[in-house]
Amino acid sequence: MLGGVNGSDGTPGQAAIELRGVVKRFGDLIAVDHLDLEVPTGICLGLLGPNGAGKSTTMRLLTGQAIADAGELRALGFELPAEAKAARAQMGVVPQLDNLDVDVTVEDNLSVFARLYRVGDVGAAVDRALELARLTDRRRAAVDELSGGMRRRLLLARGLVHEPRLILLDEPTVGLDPQIRTQVWSLVDELRSRGMTILMSTHYIEEAERLADEVAVMAHGRIIARGRPSDLIAEHAGRETAEVYGPPARLAEVRAAAEARDVRVRPAGPAIAIVGAERAVDGVTPTDAVWRAASLEDVFVMLTGEEAE
Amino acid sequence: MNRLEQAAIAGVMSREVANFRTFWKATTFSSVLEPVVYLLAFGLGLGATIVNRVDGLEYVEFVGTGMVATAVIFASALPAMFGTFVKHRFQRTYDAILAAPVDVEELVTAEMLWIGIRAGVYGCFPLLVSFAFGLDPSPGMLVVPLFCFVTALGFAAFGIAVAGTVGKIDHFNYVTTLVITPLFLVAGTFFPIDQLPQGFQVAAQFNPLYQLVELVRHAAFGFEATDLLRFAVLIGFAFAMWRLAVRQMTARLID
Repeated sequence: MLGGVNGSDGTPGQAAIELRGVVKRFGDLIAVDHLDLEVPTGICLGLLGPNGAGKSTTMRLLTGQAIADAGELRALGFELPAEAKAARAQMGVVPQLDNLDVDVTVEDNLSVFARLYRVGDVGAAVDRALELARLTDRRRAAVDELSGGMRRRLLLARGLVHEPRLILLDEPTVGLDPQIRTQVWSLVDELRSRGMTILMSTHYIEEAERLADEVAVMAHGRIIARGRPSDLIAEHAGRETAEVYGPPARLAEVRAAAEARDVRVRPAGPAIAIVGAERAVDGVTPTDAVWRAASLEDVFVMLTGEEAE
Repeated sequence: MNRLEQAAIAGVMSREVANFRTFWKATTFSSVLEPVVYLLAFGLGLGATIVNRVDGLEYVEFVGTGMVATAVIFASALPAMFGTFVKHRFQRTYDAILAAPVDVEELVTAEMLWIGIRAGVYGCFPLLVSFAFGLDPSPGMLVVPLFCFVTALGFAAFGIAVAGTVGKIDHFNYVTTLVITPLFLVAGTFFPIDQLPQGFQVAAQFNPLYQLVELVRHAAFGFEATDLLRFAVLIGFAFAMWRLAVRQMTARLID
Protein backbone atom coordinates (compact mmCIF):
# COMPACT_ATOMS: atom_id res chain seq x y z
CA MET A 1 0.00 0.00 0.00
CA LEU A 2 2.58 2.58 0.94
CA GLY A 3 4.90 2.77 -2.01
CA GLY A 4 8.31 4.36 -1.86
CA VAL A 5 8.85 6.69 -4.77
CA ASN A 6 5.49 7.14 -6.41
CA GLY A 7 5.41 10.82 -7.31
CA SER A 8 5.74 11.71 -10.96
CA ASP A 9 8.01 14.66 -10.32
CA GLY A 10 10.66 12.76 -8.39
CA THR A 11 13.63 12.34 -10.68
CA PRO A 12 15.24 8.92 -10.10
CA GLY A 13 18.38 9.20 -8.06
CA GLN A 14 17.44 12.67 -6.88
CA ALA A 15 17.90 13.27 -3.17
CA ALA A 16 14.70 13.52 -1.14
CA ILE A 17 16.23 16.24 1.01
CA GLU A 18 19.07 18.60 0.12
CA LEU A 19 20.23 21.24 2.57
CA ARG A 20 23.26 23.43 1.87
CA GLY A 21 24.74 26.01 4.18
CA VAL A 22 21.51 26.34 6.14
CA VAL A 23 21.54 28.81 9.02
CA LYS A 24 18.74 29.44 11.51
CA ARG A 25 19.12 31.87 14.38
CA PHE A 26 16.80 32.61 17.28
CA GLY A 27 18.09 35.92 18.55
CA ASP A 28 21.65 35.26 19.64
CA LEU A 29 21.25 31.52 19.58
CA ILE A 30 22.36 29.75 16.40
CA ALA A 31 20.13 26.67 16.26
CA VAL A 32 21.29 25.49 12.84
CA ASP A 33 24.78 26.50 11.81
CA HIS A 34 25.75 26.11 8.15
CA LEU A 35 24.11 22.72 7.95
CA ASP A 36 24.71 20.50 4.92
CA LEU A 37 22.50 17.45 4.78
CA GLU A 38 21.48 15.19 1.95
CA VAL A 39 19.02 12.35 2.31
CA PRO A 40 18.96 9.99 -0.68
CA THR A 41 15.61 8.57 -1.76
CA GLY A 42 14.70 5.25 -0.18
CA ILE A 43 16.81 5.25 2.98
CA CYS A 44 16.09 5.82 6.63
CA LEU A 45 18.46 8.47 7.92
CA GLY A 46 18.79 8.82 11.66
CA LEU A 47 19.58 12.32 12.79
CA LEU A 48 21.26 11.59 16.08
CA GLY A 49 22.17 14.33 18.49
CA PRO A 50 21.80 15.53 22.05
CA ASN A 51 18.92 17.79 23.07
CA GLY A 52 19.42 21.26 21.64
CA ALA A 53 21.56 20.05 18.72
CA GLY A 54 19.14 21.60 16.21
CA LYS A 55 17.26 18.46 15.14
CA SER A 56 13.76 19.77 15.71
CA THR A 57 14.57 23.10 14.10
CA THR A 58 15.84 21.21 11.06
CA MET A 59 12.52 19.35 10.90
CA ARG A 60 10.57 22.61 11.12
CA LEU A 61 12.68 24.14 8.35
CA LEU A 62 11.72 21.20 6.15
CA THR A 63 8.00 21.82 6.62
CA GLY A 64 8.26 25.57 6.23
CA GLN A 65 7.23 26.13 9.85
CA ALA A 66 10.57 27.82 10.37
CA ILE A 67 12.26 30.02 7.78
CA ALA A 68 16.03 29.76 7.36
CA ASP A 69 18.16 32.89 7.62
CA ALA A 70 20.57 31.59 4.97
CA GLY A 71 21.23 28.57 2.79
CA GLU A 72 19.51 26.49 0.16
CA LEU A 73 16.82 24.00 1.05
CA ARG A 74 15.05 21.49 -1.18
CA ALA A 75 12.65 18.74 -0.23
CA LEU A 76 11.29 16.28 -2.82
CA GLY A 77 12.61 18.64 -5.47
CA PHE A 78 10.68 21.64 -4.12
CA GLU A 79 12.47 24.77 -3.05
CA LEU A 80 11.87 25.80 0.55
CA PRO A 81 10.24 27.88 1.87
CA ALA A 82 8.78 29.14 -1.45
CA GLU A 83 7.27 25.80 -2.44
CA ALA A 84 6.90 24.41 1.07
CA LYS A 85 3.19 23.81 0.68
CA ALA A 86 3.69 21.63 -2.38
CA ALA A 87 6.47 19.77 -0.58
CA ARG A 88 4.28 19.25 2.49
CA ALA A 89 1.57 17.71 0.33
CA GLN A 90 3.89 14.74 -0.34
CA MET A 91 5.48 14.63 3.09
CA GLY A 92 4.23 12.95 6.24
CA VAL A 93 5.12 14.49 9.55
CA VAL A 94 5.00 12.67 12.87
CA PRO A 95 5.60 15.16 15.66
CA GLN A 96 7.52 14.66 18.85
CA LEU A 97 4.56 15.61 21.04
CA ASP A 98 1.13 14.08 20.65
CA ASN A 99 -1.18 16.63 19.04
CA LEU A 100 -4.15 14.43 18.24
CA ASP A 101 -7.69 15.74 18.74
CA VAL A 102 -8.56 13.88 21.91
CA ASP A 103 -12.33 14.43 22.05
CA VAL A 104 -13.14 13.08 18.62
CA THR A 105 -12.86 9.54 17.29
CA VAL A 106 -9.84 7.79 15.84
CA GLU A 107 -11.58 7.82 12.48
CA ASP A 108 -12.28 11.58 12.63
CA ASN A 109 -8.64 12.32 13.38
CA LEU A 110 -7.63 10.44 10.26
CA SER A 111 -10.36 11.73 7.96
CA VAL A 112 -9.65 15.38 8.81
CA PHE A 113 -6.03 14.91 7.80
CA ALA A 114 -6.98 12.93 4.70
CA ARG A 115 -8.98 16.01 3.68
CA LEU A 116 -6.19 18.41 4.57
CA TYR A 117 -3.94 16.34 2.31
CA ARG A 118 -6.56 16.40 -0.49
CA VAL A 119 -6.83 12.61 -0.61
CA GLY A 120 -9.33 11.59 -3.29
CA ASP A 121 -11.00 8.69 -1.52
CA VAL A 122 -11.07 9.68 2.16
CA GLY A 123 -12.84 6.51 3.30
CA ALA A 124 -10.30 4.21 1.66
CA ALA A 125 -7.38 6.24 3.01
CA VAL A 126 -8.78 6.07 6.54
CA ASP A 127 -9.27 2.28 6.25
CA ARG A 128 -5.69 1.84 5.06
CA ALA A 129 -4.28 3.98 7.85
CA LEU A 130 -6.36 2.15 10.47
CA GLU A 131 -5.04 -1.15 9.23
CA LEU A 132 -1.46 0.07 9.31
CA ALA A 133 -1.87 1.25 12.90
CA ARG A 134 -3.83 -1.91 13.79
CA LEU A 135 -6.66 0.24 15.06
CA THR A 136 -9.46 -0.93 12.79
CA ASP A 137 -11.51 -2.26 15.71
CA ARG A 138 -11.07 1.02 17.63
CA ARG A 139 -12.08 3.33 14.80
CA ARG A 140 -15.08 4.75 16.62
CA ALA A 141 -13.34 5.16 19.98
CA ALA A 142 -12.54 8.66 21.19
CA VAL A 143 -8.79 9.27 21.28
CA ASP A 144 -8.73 9.85 25.03
CA GLU A 145 -10.02 6.29 25.51
CA LEU A 146 -6.93 4.85 23.80
CA SER A 147 -3.85 3.47 25.50
CA GLY A 148 -0.53 5.27 25.09
CA GLY A 149 0.69 2.79 22.50
CA MET A 150 -2.49 3.09 20.44
CA ARG A 151 -2.27 6.88 20.49
CA ARG A 152 1.29 6.75 19.27
CA ARG A 153 0.36 4.37 16.45
CA LEU A 154 -2.51 6.66 15.51
CA LEU A 155 -0.15 9.63 15.43
CA LEU A 156 2.05 7.71 12.99
CA ALA A 157 -0.91 6.60 10.89
CA ARG A 158 -2.16 10.18 10.67
CA GLY A 159 1.16 11.22 9.14
CA LEU A 160 0.85 8.41 6.57
CA VAL A 161 -2.82 8.78 5.63
CA HIS A 162 -1.95 10.37 2.26
CA GLU A 163 0.79 7.86 1.33
CA PRO A 164 3.64 10.37 1.47
CA ARG A 165 6.94 9.96 -0.39
CA LEU A 166 8.94 11.22 2.56
CA ILE A 167 8.34 10.85 6.28
CA LEU A 168 9.73 13.11 8.98
CA LEU A 169 9.78 11.39 12.35
CA ASP A 170 10.69 13.80 15.11
CA GLU A 171 11.88 11.85 18.16
CA PRO A 172 9.29 9.13 17.53
CA THR A 173 9.65 7.41 20.89
CA VAL A 174 10.72 10.18 23.24
CA GLY A 175 9.19 9.72 26.69
CA LEU A 176 7.52 6.41 25.83
CA ASP A 177 7.80 3.30 27.94
CA PRO A 178 9.85 0.43 26.45
CA GLN A 179 6.86 -1.63 25.40
CA ILE A 180 5.36 1.19 23.34
CA ARG A 181 8.78 2.00 21.94
CA THR A 182 8.99 -1.52 20.54
CA GLN A 183 5.58 -1.13 18.89
CA VAL A 184 6.67 2.10 17.22
CA TRP A 185 9.92 0.54 16.08
CA SER A 186 8.20 -2.35 14.39
CA LEU A 187 5.91 0.09 12.59
CA VAL A 188 8.87 2.12 11.37
CA ASP A 189 10.60 -1.10 10.32
CA GLU A 190 7.57 -1.95 8.24
CA LEU A 191 7.76 1.43 6.47
CA ARG A 192 11.47 0.93 5.82
CA SER A 193 10.88 -2.45 4.30
CA ARG A 194 8.50 -0.78 1.87
CA GLY A 195 11.32 1.47 0.73
CA MET A 196 9.99 4.74 2.11
CA THR A 197 12.36 7.64 2.61
CA ILE A 198 12.53 8.49 6.29
CA LEU A 199 14.29 11.23 8.18
CA MET A 200 14.16 10.39 11.85
CA SER A 201 15.56 12.57 14.58
CA THR A 202 16.41 10.90 17.84
CA HIS A 203 18.66 11.17 20.82
CA TYR A 204 18.38 7.48 21.61
CA ILE A 205 21.40 5.60 20.34
CA GLU A 206 19.59 2.30 20.28
CA GLU A 207 16.82 3.74 18.15
CA ALA A 208 19.26 5.03 15.56
CA GLU A 209 21.18 1.75 15.61
CA ARG A 210 18.04 -0.33 15.16
CA LEU A 211 16.22 1.69 12.54
CA ALA A 212 18.61 3.82 10.54
CA ASP A 213 20.42 2.75 7.36
CA GLU A 214 22.66 5.74 7.89
CA VAL A 215 23.27 7.94 10.88
CA ALA A 216 24.18 11.62 10.86
CA VAL A 217 25.49 12.83 14.19
CA MET A 218 24.37 16.39 14.84
CA ALA A 219 25.79 18.78 17.40
CA HIS A 220 25.64 22.55 17.72
CA GLY A 221 23.56 22.91 14.58
CA ARG A 222 25.69 20.93 12.16
CA ILE A 223 26.52 17.39 11.10
CA ILE A 224 29.79 16.26 12.61
CA ALA A 225 29.87 12.68 11.33
CA ARG A 226 27.86 10.57 8.99
CA GLY A 227 27.76 7.03 7.73
CA ARG A 228 26.38 3.56 8.30
CA PRO A 229 26.45 2.71 12.00
CA SER A 230 29.12 0.01 11.51
CA ASP A 231 31.32 2.35 9.47
CA LEU A 232 31.00 5.12 12.04
CA ILE A 233 32.00 2.71 14.78
CA ALA A 234 35.01 1.43 12.84
CA GLU A 235 36.12 4.95 11.97
CA HIS A 236 35.57 6.74 15.26
CA ALA A 237 35.67 4.03 17.91
CA GLY A 238 37.71 1.13 16.59
CA ARG A 239 36.91 -2.49 17.40
CA GLU A 240 36.63 -2.81 21.11
CA THR A 241 35.89 -0.80 24.21
CA ALA A 242 37.11 -1.60 27.69
CA GLU A 243 35.23 -0.23 30.66
CA VAL A 244 37.18 0.35 33.83
CA TYR A 245 35.63 0.77 37.26
CA GLY A 246 37.28 2.02 40.41
CA PRO A 247 38.00 5.04 42.60
CA PRO A 248 38.51 8.38 40.79
CA ALA A 249 42.27 8.42 41.43
CA ARG A 250 42.74 5.09 39.76
CA LEU A 251 40.53 6.04 36.82
CA ALA A 252 42.57 9.21 36.33
CA GLU A 253 45.75 7.10 36.24
CA VAL A 254 44.34 4.73 33.64
CA ARG A 255 43.09 7.64 31.58
CA ALA A 256 46.48 9.32 31.55
CA ALA A 257 48.22 6.10 30.52
CA ALA A 258 45.77 5.53 27.68
CA GLU A 259 45.93 9.06 26.41
CA ALA A 260 49.71 8.89 26.40
CA ARG A 261 49.25 6.16 23.79
CA ASP A 262 46.85 8.33 21.81
CA VAL A 263 43.91 6.14 22.77
CA ARG A 264 40.78 8.01 23.69
CA VAL A 265 38.87 7.66 26.91
CA ARG A 266 35.35 8.77 27.61
CA PRO A 267 33.21 8.95 30.74
CA ALA A 268 30.71 6.10 31.10
CA GLY A 269 28.59 6.82 34.15
CA PRO A 270 30.67 5.94 37.21
CA ALA A 271 33.27 4.28 35.00
CA ILE A 272 35.51 5.29 32.14
CA ALA A 273 35.57 3.62 28.75
CA ILE A 274 38.76 3.11 26.80
CA VAL A 275 37.60 3.36 23.21
CA GLY A 276 39.66 1.40 20.70
CA ALA A 277 41.16 -0.50 23.62
CA GLU A 278 42.60 -3.13 21.25
CA ARG A 279 45.37 -0.61 20.62
CA ALA A 280 46.13 -0.25 24.35
CA VAL A 281 46.51 -3.77 25.61
CA ASP A 282 49.95 -4.04 27.15
CA GLY A 283 49.98 -2.42 30.56
CA VAL A 284 47.44 0.33 29.78
CA THR A 285 44.12 -1.42 30.02
CA PRO A 286 43.86 -3.03 33.47
CA THR A 287 43.24 -6.75 33.62
CA ASP A 288 39.93 -6.27 35.45
CA ALA A 289 38.49 -4.11 32.63
CA VAL A 290 35.23 -5.24 31.06
CA TRP A 291 35.64 -5.72 27.32
CA ARG A 292 32.86 -5.33 24.78
CA ALA A 293 32.44 -4.54 21.11
CA ALA A 294 32.68 -0.83 20.29
CA SER A 295 29.23 0.73 19.87
CA LEU A 296 27.51 3.70 18.33
CA GLU A 297 27.22 5.03 21.86
CA ASP A 298 31.02 5.29 22.03
CA VAL A 299 30.97 7.27 18.79
CA PHE A 300 28.18 9.52 19.99
CA VAL A 301 29.74 10.33 23.34
CA MET A 302 33.16 10.99 21.89
CA LEU A 303 31.86 13.19 19.10
CA THR A 304 29.31 15.19 21.04
CA GLY A 305 30.95 15.15 24.45
CA GLU A 306 27.60 14.28 25.96
CA GLU A 307 26.70 11.13 27.78
CA ALA A 308 24.10 9.13 25.97
CA GLU A 309 20.65 8.24 27.27
CA MET B 1 -0.84 27.15 -5.91
CA ASN B 2 -3.63 29.59 -5.27
CA ARG B 3 -3.33 31.87 -2.31
CA LEU B 4 -6.41 30.60 -0.53
CA GLU B 5 -7.22 27.03 -1.45
CA GLN B 6 -10.75 25.93 -0.85
CA ALA B 7 -9.66 22.38 0.00
CA ALA B 8 -7.40 23.64 2.78
CA ILE B 9 -10.10 25.85 4.26
CA ALA B 10 -12.73 23.10 4.02
CA GLY B 11 -10.32 20.65 5.64
CA VAL B 12 -9.66 22.89 8.63
CA MET B 13 -13.39 23.56 8.99
CA SER B 14 -14.13 19.84 8.90
CA ARG B 15 -11.90 19.49 11.94
CA GLU B 16 -13.92 22.15 13.75
CA VAL B 17 -17.18 20.46 12.80
CA ALA B 18 -15.94 17.08 14.07
CA ASN B 19 -14.98 18.67 17.39
CA PHE B 20 -18.18 20.72 17.61
CA ARG B 21 -20.23 17.53 17.41
CA THR B 22 -18.82 16.60 20.82
CA PHE B 23 -19.84 19.79 22.63
CA TRP B 24 -22.69 21.42 20.68
CA LYS B 25 -25.33 20.54 23.26
CA ALA B 26 -23.66 22.52 26.03
CA THR B 27 -23.04 25.63 23.91
CA THR B 28 -26.50 25.54 22.38
CA PHE B 29 -28.10 25.10 25.78
CA SER B 30 -26.41 28.20 27.19
CA SER B 31 -27.06 30.21 24.02
CA VAL B 32 -30.79 29.59 24.36
CA LEU B 33 -30.98 29.94 28.11
CA GLU B 34 -28.96 33.15 28.37
CA PRO B 35 -31.43 35.40 26.51
CA VAL B 36 -34.27 33.83 28.51
CA VAL B 37 -32.53 34.82 31.74
CA TYR B 38 -31.80 38.33 30.50
CA LEU B 39 -35.31 38.85 29.22
CA LEU B 40 -36.80 37.68 32.48
CA ALA B 41 -34.43 39.80 34.57
CA PHE B 42 -34.31 42.99 32.55
CA GLY B 43 -37.33 42.83 30.30
CA LEU B 44 -39.86 41.75 32.88
CA GLY B 45 -38.20 43.02 36.02
CA LEU B 46 -36.75 46.35 34.94
CA GLY B 47 -39.17 46.81 32.07
CA ALA B 48 -42.29 46.27 34.18
CA THR B 49 -41.28 48.42 37.12
CA ILE B 50 -39.08 51.27 35.89
CA VAL B 51 -39.18 51.70 32.14
CA ASN B 52 -42.09 50.78 29.97
CA ARG B 53 -40.97 52.07 26.62
CA VAL B 54 -37.51 52.82 25.26
CA ASP B 55 -37.04 54.77 22.04
CA GLY B 56 -40.68 54.11 21.23
CA LEU B 57 -40.28 50.34 21.69
CA GLU B 58 -41.55 47.94 24.31
CA TYR B 59 -38.64 47.03 26.57
CA VAL B 60 -38.86 43.38 25.43
CA GLU B 61 -38.60 44.56 21.82
CA PHE B 62 -35.68 46.81 22.69
CA VAL B 63 -33.69 44.27 24.68
CA GLY B 64 -34.69 41.28 22.56
CA THR B 65 -33.21 42.88 19.46
CA GLY B 66 -30.26 44.38 21.33
CA MET B 67 -29.24 41.06 22.81
CA VAL B 68 -28.50 39.70 19.36
CA ALA B 69 -25.27 41.69 19.45
CA THR B 70 -24.39 40.37 22.89
CA ALA B 71 -24.92 36.83 21.71
CA VAL B 72 -22.75 37.47 18.66
CA ILE B 73 -19.76 38.90 20.51
CA PHE B 74 -19.84 36.22 23.19
CA ALA B 75 -20.13 33.47 20.58
CA SER B 76 -17.27 34.87 18.50
CA ALA B 77 -14.62 36.92 20.31
CA LEU B 78 -14.34 34.69 23.38
CA PRO B 79 -14.29 31.28 21.65
CA ALA B 80 -11.79 32.71 19.16
CA MET B 81 -9.49 33.98 21.89
CA PHE B 82 -9.57 30.91 24.09
CA GLY B 83 -9.94 28.36 21.31
CA THR B 84 -7.02 29.72 19.33
CA PHE B 85 -4.76 29.96 22.35
CA VAL B 86 -5.59 26.46 23.55
CA LYS B 87 -5.24 24.91 20.10
CA HIS B 88 -1.92 26.61 19.57
CA ARG B 89 -0.28 26.42 22.97
CA PHE B 90 -1.81 23.49 24.81
CA GLN B 91 -3.07 21.07 22.18
CA ARG B 92 -0.50 21.98 19.50
CA THR B 93 -3.23 21.46 16.93
CA TYR B 94 -1.89 24.19 14.68
CA ASP B 95 1.52 22.53 14.51
CA ALA B 96 -0.20 19.46 13.14
CA ILE B 97 -2.31 21.40 10.65
CA LEU B 98 0.59 23.49 9.38
CA ALA B 99 2.62 20.33 8.73
CA ALA B 100 -0.07 19.51 6.14
CA PRO B 101 -0.43 21.59 2.96
CA VAL B 102 -2.23 24.42 4.74
CA ASP B 103 -0.74 27.85 5.32
CA VAL B 104 -1.38 30.28 8.15
CA GLU B 105 -3.68 32.49 6.08
CA GLU B 106 -5.89 29.53 5.16
CA LEU B 107 -5.90 28.33 8.75
CA VAL B 108 -6.94 31.72 10.12
CA THR B 109 -9.56 32.19 7.42
CA ALA B 110 -11.09 28.79 8.07
CA GLU B 111 -11.22 29.30 11.83
CA MET B 112 -12.81 32.70 11.36
CA LEU B 113 -15.40 31.42 8.87
CA TRP B 114 -16.41 28.59 11.15
CA ILE B 115 -16.84 30.85 14.17
CA GLY B 116 -18.68 33.33 11.95
CA ILE B 117 -21.17 30.69 10.88
CA ARG B 118 -21.65 29.45 14.43
CA ALA B 119 -22.11 32.90 15.91
CA GLY B 120 -24.33 33.84 12.98
CA VAL B 121 -26.71 31.09 14.06
CA TYR B 122 -26.38 31.69 17.80
CA GLY B 123 -26.97 35.41 17.25
CA CYS B 124 -30.51 34.62 16.11
CA PHE B 125 -31.46 32.79 19.29
CA PRO B 126 -32.32 35.95 21.29
CA LEU B 127 -34.77 36.93 18.55
CA LEU B 128 -36.36 33.47 18.55
CA VAL B 129 -36.60 33.51 22.34
CA SER B 130 -38.07 37.03 22.24
CA PHE B 131 -40.87 35.82 19.98
CA ALA B 132 -42.10 33.86 23.00
CA PHE B 133 -41.95 37.05 25.07
CA GLY B 134 -44.06 39.07 22.65
CA LEU B 135 -41.71 40.29 19.92
CA ASP B 136 -43.47 40.17 16.55
CA PRO B 137 -41.64 38.45 13.67
CA SER B 138 -41.08 40.58 10.59
CA PRO B 139 -39.69 39.81 7.10
CA GLY B 140 -36.71 42.14 7.63
CA MET B 141 -35.45 39.79 10.33
CA LEU B 142 -34.49 37.27 7.64
CA VAL B 143 -31.29 39.24 6.98
CA VAL B 144 -30.30 39.23 10.67
CA PRO B 145 -28.21 36.02 10.28
CA LEU B 146 -26.17 37.77 7.60
CA PHE B 147 -25.53 40.79 9.84
CA CYS B 148 -24.56 38.46 12.68
CA PHE B 149 -22.27 36.43 10.44
CA VAL B 150 -20.34 39.46 9.18
CA THR B 151 -20.00 40.97 12.66
CA ALA B 152 -18.93 37.62 14.07
CA LEU B 153 -16.24 37.30 11.39
CA GLY B 154 -14.76 40.57 12.63
CA PHE B 155 -14.86 39.61 16.29
CA ALA B 156 -13.60 36.09 15.59
CA ALA B 157 -10.62 37.57 13.76
CA PHE B 158 -10.17 40.04 16.61
CA GLY B 159 -10.07 37.14 19.07
CA ILE B 160 -7.60 35.19 16.93
CA ALA B 161 -5.38 38.28 16.64
CA VAL B 162 -5.46 38.73 20.43
CA ALA B 163 -4.59 35.06 20.97
CA GLY B 164 -1.73 35.44 18.49
CA THR B 165 -0.40 38.41 20.47
CA VAL B 166 -0.66 37.70 24.20
CA GLY B 167 1.97 35.65 25.98
CA LYS B 168 -0.23 34.08 28.64
CA ILE B 169 -3.84 33.04 28.75
CA ASP B 170 -4.39 35.24 31.85
CA HIS B 171 -3.77 38.31 29.71
CA PHE B 172 -7.19 37.76 28.19
CA ASN B 173 -8.58 39.37 31.34
CA TYR B 174 -7.21 42.74 30.18
CA VAL B 175 -8.87 42.32 26.83
CA THR B 176 -12.26 41.29 28.17
CA THR B 177 -12.29 44.07 30.77
CA LEU B 178 -10.82 46.86 28.67
CA VAL B 179 -12.24 46.03 25.24
CA ILE B 180 -15.07 43.55 25.16
CA THR B 181 -17.12 44.68 28.18
CA PRO B 182 -17.08 48.39 27.19
CA LEU B 183 -17.93 47.49 23.59
CA PHE B 184 -20.93 45.52 24.65
CA LEU B 185 -22.11 48.03 27.24
CA VAL B 186 -21.86 51.03 24.91
CA ALA B 187 -23.71 49.32 22.10
CA GLY B 188 -27.26 50.33 22.94
CA THR B 189 -28.18 46.83 24.02
CA PHE B 190 -29.94 47.46 27.32
CA PHE B 191 -30.32 51.26 27.14
CA PRO B 192 -30.18 53.70 24.22
CA ILE B 193 -26.83 55.43 23.77
CA ASP B 194 -28.41 58.89 23.40
CA GLN B 195 -28.61 58.97 27.19
CA LEU B 196 -24.82 58.87 27.31
CA PRO B 197 -22.46 61.89 27.16
CA GLN B 198 -21.68 63.22 23.67
CA GLY B 199 -18.19 61.66 23.62
CA PHE B 200 -19.58 58.17 24.14
CA GLN B 201 -22.15 58.69 21.43
CA VAL B 202 -19.45 59.59 18.93
CA ALA B 203 -17.28 56.67 20.07
CA ALA B 204 -20.22 54.30 19.70
CA GLN B 205 -20.32 55.02 15.97
CA PHE B 206 -17.00 53.17 15.73
CA ASN B 207 -18.29 50.26 17.76
CA PRO B 208 -19.23 47.44 15.37
CA LEU B 209 -21.57 46.05 18.01
CA TYR B 210 -23.53 49.30 18.11
CA GLN B 211 -23.86 49.17 14.33
CA LEU B 212 -25.09 45.60 14.59
CA VAL B 213 -27.63 46.55 17.27
CA GLU B 214 -28.97 49.34 15.07
CA LEU B 215 -29.13 47.07 12.01
CA VAL B 216 -31.01 44.37 13.91
CA ARG B 217 -33.53 46.86 15.33
CA HIS B 218 -34.06 48.34 11.89
CA ALA B 219 -34.46 44.85 10.42
CA ALA B 220 -37.24 44.28 12.95
CA PHE B 221 -38.91 47.69 12.86
CA GLY B 222 -37.98 49.29 9.52
CA PHE B 223 -34.72 49.93 7.64
CA GLU B 224 -33.17 53.37 7.20
CA ALA B 225 -30.99 54.70 4.38
CA THR B 226 -27.89 54.86 6.61
CA ASP B 227 -28.08 51.13 7.20
CA LEU B 228 -26.01 50.44 4.10
CA LEU B 229 -23.26 52.52 5.62
CA ARG B 230 -23.59 50.61 8.87
CA PHE B 231 -23.26 47.32 7.01
CA ALA B 232 -20.20 48.70 5.22
CA VAL B 233 -18.63 49.48 8.62
CA LEU B 234 -19.13 45.85 9.66
CA ILE B 235 -17.55 44.57 6.46
CA GLY B 236 -14.62 46.96 6.86
CA PHE B 237 -14.16 45.84 10.47
CA ALA B 238 -14.17 42.17 9.47
CA PHE B 239 -11.66 42.79 6.69
CA ALA B 240 -9.26 44.79 8.86
CA MET B 241 -9.39 42.24 11.68
CA TRP B 242 -8.86 39.38 9.21
CA ARG B 243 -5.62 40.93 7.96
CA LEU B 244 -4.51 41.66 11.53
CA ALA B 245 -5.24 38.09 12.62
CA VAL B 246 -3.26 36.64 9.70
CA ARG B 247 -0.33 38.91 10.53
CA GLN B 248 -0.28 38.14 14.25
CA MET B 249 -0.72 34.41 13.76
CA THR B 250 2.01 34.23 11.12
CA ALA B 251 4.40 35.90 13.55
CA ARG B 252 3.32 33.46 16.25
CA LEU B 253 3.30 30.23 14.26
CA ILE B 254 6.21 30.54 11.86
CA ASP B 255 9.71 30.78 13.38
